[in-house]
Amino acid sequence: MDLINFWLENLPTMIDGLIVSLQVTGAALVVGIPLGLLLALGVQAKTKAVRFSSMAFVEIGRGAPALIMLQFAYFGLPQAGISLSSFAAAAVALAWTTSAYTSEIIRAGLEAVPHGQQEAAVAVGFTRIDALRFIIVPQGLRVAAPALLGFSILMLQATSLCFAIALPELLSQAYMIGTNTFQYLPILLFAGLLYASICVPATIAVSLLERSLSKHSA
Amino acid sequence: MNAETFLIILSGIPWTIAITVGAFTMGALLGIPLCAMRVSKSGILRYMATMIILILRSIPPIVWLFFLYFGIGSGYLQVGPIESSIIALGLITSANLAEIYRGALKSIHVGQWEASHALNMPRWSIFKDIMVPQLVRVILPSATSYMIGLLKDSAIASTVGVTEVAFQANFVSRRQFQGLEVFAVAGLFYILISLPIAAIARYTDGVMRAKVAR
Repeated sequence: MDLINFWLENLPTMIDGLIVSLQVTGAALVVGIPLGLLLALGVQAKTKAVRFSSMAFVEIGRGAPALIMLQFAYFGLPQAGISLSSFAAAAVALAWTTSAYTSEIIRAGLEAVPHGQQEAAVAVGFTRIDALRFIIVPQGLRVAAPALLGFSILMLQATSLCFAIALPELLSQAYMIGTNTFQYLPILLFAGLLYASICVPATIAVSLLERSLSKHSA
Repeated sequence: MNAETFLIILSGIPWTIAITVGAFTMGALLGIPLCAMRVSKSGILRYMATMIILILRSIPPIVWLFFLYFGIGSGYLQVGPIESSIIALGLITSANLAEIYRGALKSIHVGQWEASHALNMPRWSIFKDIMVPQLVRVILPSATSYMIGLLKDSAIASTVGVTEVAFQANFVSRRQFQGLEVFAVAGLFYILISLPIAAIARYTDGVMRAKVAR
């Protein structure tokens, strides 16, 4: 009973933290996924400069740990004259990571669209941009959707790294309560439960979606 | 950035590798019974394994780490920063590798089991001579890309004070107030460590593929 009371007492602070976590996740996805689409097109571009810079952007975003990206944005960028709040730094760093990973997911989705679709679009007189916009991208994104949702769940988990840049998200709040009360175990357990309460149903939903989508294509 | 700063960050590499290898080994071993449960005939075991895997994967690595280090470590049991990092990442790895193992098992055609039974091969020999060589071939590519992901996740060990690359980068950036190059170099180190892992994996994969090439 003590445990439940302790949890209830700290529930408002924890919910505040969870909201910040969700906001950062949202910001990273809203910026990162469209950027990922651009990068997916960029790595296939005919212009060398576009292709290589897209590849470099993707490789750095996937190769460097998210924690380092966060610290680079928060502790490193001020040296270049760009001072970001911890929220902005988190959004920028995680959006970079998101765009790098989702570009690979989206690229695989675009490649799954049969080549005949592109040819047919050209044959009926679509411009390259229109063919992408109306024919290729909508179909490719549909293929990529389950993987993108799965990645979004991972991104919510990755926001816990923002602890390192003093963003008051869920884990930071839990740690702060732990420091104040010395009740680390119960509060971290609570934080874990809150993450699980979102990620477990979301994971199940994504796998159900995946199953129902693959039923039609099989 | 001067040579000294560079060397300090460089000195974190052994711990980064130790934690990655430690957690991967733990996960690779624990993943075997977990996968066995996941595909067992008993419904209860299957359900338990599914739940364990789901929960291990649904809570962020750094929360597991804090749970072990600050939660259990403060008062209940003495757990050092290195042990807790390896155990936290190892647990998550076991869940992910169990799923990779399961995918590999599914990829082996059921006729292989039937044929080996029909030839009256001993059980151990079926496992050692028929299954393992095929399993390894399927597991290796996904396991190595998971290992590269784990290498990057090992950066969270810096938050509990393991003196690996991310920790050293933090340390020098605070001392010298120059985060830009420091974190760029640290990020580059992770990319550089992951290159040989990927190269070895590609090479081994090529050798194994050549063995079955028709």
